[in-house]
Amino acid sequence: MRSKSFLRCSWLMSAAAVVALSLCARAQLSTVQQQEWLNSPAATSHIGNLTGNAKAAASSYRRYCVGCHGEMGDGNGENTPWLDPKPRDFQLAVFKCRSTPTGTLPTDEDLFDTIGRGLDRSNMPIWNTLTKDERADLVAWIKHFSPRWQNEKAGTPIQIPAEPEVTPERVKAGQEVFGRVQCWKCHGVQGMANGPSASTLTDDLGRTILPYNFTDGSRPKCGSSDRDLYKIFMTGLDGTPMPSFADNIKPDEAWDLVFYLRTLQPHNAFNARERQIAKQLGLKPVNPQ
Amino acid sequence: MKKTRYSKFAAILSVLVLVGLGALSLNQTVSAAAEGSIAGTVKFSGTAPHMRGIDMSKDPYCVKQHENSPVSLENIVVGSDGGLQNAVVYISEGLTGNEAATASNKPVFDQKGCQYIPHVLAMDANQEFQVITSDQTTHNIHPLPNAMTGNIPWNKSQPPGAPPIVTSWKTAEMISVKCNIHPWMHGYFAVVKGPYATSDKSGAYTIHGVPPGSYTVTAWQEELGTQTAKVTVAAGKPGSADFTFKGK
Repeated sequence: MRSKSFLRCSWLMSAAAVVALSLCARAQLSTVQQQEWLNSPAATSHIGNLTGNAKAAASSYRRYCVGCHGEMGDGNGENTPWLDPKPRDFQLAVFKCRSTPTGTLPTDEDLFDTIGRGLDRSNMPIWNTLTKDERADLVAWIKHFSPRWQNEKAGTPIQIPAEPEVTPERVKAGQEVFGRVQCWKCHGVQGMANGPSASTLTDDLGRTILPYNFTDGSRPKCGSSDRDLYKIFMTGLDGTPMPSFADNIKPDEAWDLVFYLRTLQPHNAFNARERQIAKQLGLKPVNPQ
Repeated sequence: MKKTRYSKFAAILSVLVLVGLGALSLNQTVSAAAEGSIAGTVKFSGTAPHMRGIDMSKDPYCVKQHENSPVSLENIVVGSDGGLQNAVVYISEGLTGNEAATASNKPVFDQKGCQYIPHVLAMDANQEFQVITSDQTTHNIHPLPNAMTGNIPWNKSQPPGAPPIVTSWKTAEMISVKCNIHPWMHGYFAVVKGPYATSDKSGAYTIHGVPPGSYTVTAWQEELGTQTAKVTVAAGKPGSADFTFKGK
């Protein structure tokens, strides 16, 4: 009798163990996959002469990144509840700052640049305290989190023609582009992030997000140089409301728009000439129709 | 020597017979696929939920397009006879690969009067479709698939006069699409595998190009979820399935 109940008990227990194990296995599935991906070709990075190796980044990720981006790279670190904007989810592999068309993976160099540049007005600092090798290794590490790097190649970077000289004609033409494609709908006619649609913008996960304010002296999230501005509106910031304008702004016009955008910013290291031209022309904000 | 000649002959003969049979069966499936169909209605029972009117005052252009015809949300559109519009009906089980290829014309998703027309655009996985704009205001078209499934989210602007965007989706998924500039603009790319149909104002639908066989057919509605039915299509006899979604 006793042995029978014992038998039944052990039966139940082993059944429970099997269930628990299978549940565990499901929760761990992603980690197991990520372990496999750590050995895949995607777990390396190539930035110029640098070659990054994911395995070499394990300790620096644990030390510097895991608190926000999380153990499994899903952007769910222990600090995440207190952060806004939220840390990037590396499993989805949807990135704002790219040189590649909307809907494609960024290049290794894009990720490398983002780490070194940080993201202004967010909790992502400038990680130039890490050596270039460490950053290259981290790029490779980031790529081992998502199935996308196993199935897709990085997009082909957009072609950016050589930057022309800033002229009054170009600044004026840039303002016409600003009006035509209606940048002001979100960014406002003076670039003050107060366009009619600014207050209702949400990101891909439905969280409130603000358009860039050109006038408050902050740095654009994906870089401050003329080429960075060019890339921002020609590739779009994926995961945010900022679309790609590549189908509707020609490469030459894109430079005009860059020059006009410069006139909206307060004086900085890049826009002395553009601001001077705007002043000479007596440029008024576009008329929203 | 003799033996090899025989076997050679036999091999050639069998190849010929096989090719002949193959051609015959191919012919059959093609004609059957073109004939077969599944038809029926999608209805809504109970009181149709109130659809909130849309305030377009953010954009005077959009307001102007609807001066005399106020518009409401289209999450659940019920006709006077209880027909449920914009439900997508597709084959969820029983696909053999013999179905007629999807029409070569590319389904069109238009942005008109600051609304999506149609509100739900159904398509086959890997079928090309196009996004166009008829409006004199800038839209951004921002589909939000789950990046882990193989469909990758993107976000493109379409200012007035913009060229069409022609693209496709890799895998079956009901993809929410929105315009960030006009937050009321929300619709779906209903990507399914195989033949499909969308219910019209009266709730009627017809799926064409279904070869004879037994199928499970699913009706999907963005708010009300899915319903399934078993359907048999025989040669010269179309299958039929009616669906009724109950109001909450």
